[in-house]
Amino acid sequence: MYKKIMVPVDLAHLDQLAKTLRVVADLANFYQAEVCYVGVTASTPGSLARTPEEYQQKLDAFAKQHTTEHGQPVSARVVISHDPAVDLDDVLVQAIEDVGADLVVMGTHLPRHLDALLPAHGGKVATHTQASIFLVRA
Amino acid sequence: MATHSNDPNARERSQGSEGIPAPEGPANLIDTDYVIGQDNVTSSKFGIDFDLHGKVFTVSSLVILFFVIITLALQDQVSPIFDAIFAVLTGNLSWFFLLAANIFVVLSVALIFTPLGKVRIGGAHATPDFSYAGWFAMLFAAGMGIGLMFYGVSEPLTHFGTALDGVSIGEDGVRTDWSPLGAAAGDTEGAISLGMAATIFHWGLHPWGIYAVVALALALFSYNKGLPLTMRSIFYPILGERVWGWPGHVIDILAVFATLFGLATSLGLGASQASAGLDYLFGIPNTNATMVVLILGITLVALGSVMLGVDKGVQRLSQVNMVLAFLLLAFVVVVGPTLLIATGFFENLVAYVVNLPALSMPFGREDANFSQGWTAFYWAWWISWSPFVGMFIARVSRGRSVREFLIAVLLVPSVVSVLWMTAFGSTAIDQFVTDGFEGVKNAALEIQLFEMLGQLPLTAITSFVGIVLVMVFFITSSDSGSLVIDSITAGGKVDAPKPQRVFWCLIEGAIAIALLLGGGLTALQTAVITTGLPFTLVLLAACYAIVKGLMSEPRG
Repeated sequence: MYKKIMVPVDLAHLDQLAKTLRVVADLANFYQAEVCYVGVTASTPGSLARTPEEYQQKLDAFAKQHTTEHGQPVSARVVISHDPAVDLDDVLVQAIEDVGADLVVMGTHLPRHLDALLPAHGGKVATHTQASIFLVRA
Repeated sequence: MATHSNDPNARERSQGSEGIPAPEGPANLIDTDYVIGQDNVTSSKFGIDFDLHGKVFTVSSLVILFFVIITLALQDQVSPIFDAIFAVLTGNLSWFFLLAANIFVVLSVALIFTPLGKVRIGGAHATPDFSYAGWFAMLFAAGMGIGLMFYGVSEPLTHFGTALDGVSIGEDGVRTDWSPLGAAAGDTEGAISLGMAATIFHWGLHPWGIYAVVALALALFSYNKGLPLTMRSIFYPILGERVWGWPGHVIDILAVFATLFGLATSLGLGASQASAGLDYLFGIPNTNATMVVLILGITLVALGSVMLGVDKGVQRLSQVNMVLAFLLLAFVVVVGPTLLIATGFFENLVAYVVNLPALSMPFGREDANFSQGWTAFYWAWWISWSPFVGMFIARVSRGRSVREFLIAVLLVPSVVSVLWMTAFGSTAIDQFVTDGFEGVKNAALEIQLFEMLGQLPLTAITSFVGIVLVMVFFITSSDSGSLVIDSITAGGKVDAPKPQRVFWCLIEGAIAIALLLGGGLTALQTAVITTGLPFTLVLLAACYAIVKGLMSEPRG
């Protein structure tokens, strides 16, 4: 049913992503789907990588490491954003199209009062794309 | 890369004594164990996330709070202290400011013509993040914008007036006039030429040279060397690993102080000027309430802009700004004395070049009032703004070659300044000289622009555009300033959680309102300009860092 699963990954907060990654592995196995891990970074030096190239290397390594969990083909894509704190949703929506994913699995937090002001990324992405979205509650 | 491999010395130089490896990849990272954000405090309270540099954020917040409180509480006591410090700075150290600014210009111009100009910011294969239009609009809007609105008419007119009045010597043998150089007593043509040259001097190569040095150093050490995008990174070649400790914290805290108070005080003073303009144009009462509403409005739009981010907020507003400014400029050129402006542009350019050596001479100046009261004041002012403008320019300049960067940051804005000053200044001077109209000359500073526009057709429309432009210029400074402060207090992270930039944007408006109502805007602005002195030292260090950093980069 699904051919390509896109997984937005924040390498800085992997601890919060464990459950999402398990879901991804199960779904990829079940549908025999390819998995594409997407990371968003600014071009300025950050805590994880000092250049976008370094970020790509880290994401590649991350993808390779997780291929063993499901045995399906993986790819890793780094998207550079001028202002990731703000542009994340738009960047992810664009990435879904570029990657050609038909299912997006992403982690999200529980609904909370501030969501009206600072909405969660998952919800916002879901309203702007045609792909199916699987939001994994932390 | 071709140049690099043809130059047998390059490899040796770049290896240096510190073991920086020869360039292999597209860039040449500095080898440090520091991880960006390692000193940060992260937490999530009440659903709001934080990611802050503990020491820089805490200390700069306390320093800011302290200064706001003492300025409000002890206004009459602190104001003379700030004034005295500043008088000592410009009086006794004007040679230092003038000399340093000359060094920045010479270095920037020289780099354009040396092979080092081929180095690309972000590595040899980096591609530009922004289009020329978006990039240039942001450079200009952050750089001087608002000043052009207020001084475009008044400064040429002032220098013209003082030059025409000639030299006057007081009883103690000291010059009491404020005219530049040797003045041009009774010589209208000469006074115009000298007045325009002096104005362009203050708005041309030197301010942009100051910005270029800071921006280039930051861009180089961030995008090519992999250090965080904060002021302290400039000092890495000098202080080494110590920049991650207190010496670095102090530099960053000083940058936050200068940026926040620079923005807040000019927001407060700008609101009072915009309010005077609204009073003059539409009869809206010039009261505290009007000014507070203006500050709130400007802060809210700036808030919207930072929430929308660099691409959709800051960049778009800057472009709106550019279009409006261009329309106003084109209008003045077409409707005003077109021929005079066209010939004036070249005459003023020549006058600038001819007078440049004398105007920029740091030693043995006879025109102390002008060189200290105007030039040194301006240089300290530009330099105190340079951390903010420089960091913002650096952030948006990835993918440009050093040569391209310097042409765009130094030469193009200087030429635009010449054009702007010629159009607005010449028109006002012409109204005075040819038509004998004294309205502009006698008007208060903040409404001189509108008095000048009042002599041209379509006054209602152009004045309205003028008012809007003043406000949009404030918004574009306020939003980019909030991003810069947020990034410094987050240890150089540009992806810190959104609530932080909201916090800084609101604080800036709040301080502007508090100082406006409580008094002390001018006093604190003086305090900000005194930070020009320590930052001049930072900039001199930046010059050394730029040359050293560029030497170790691949060129191609």
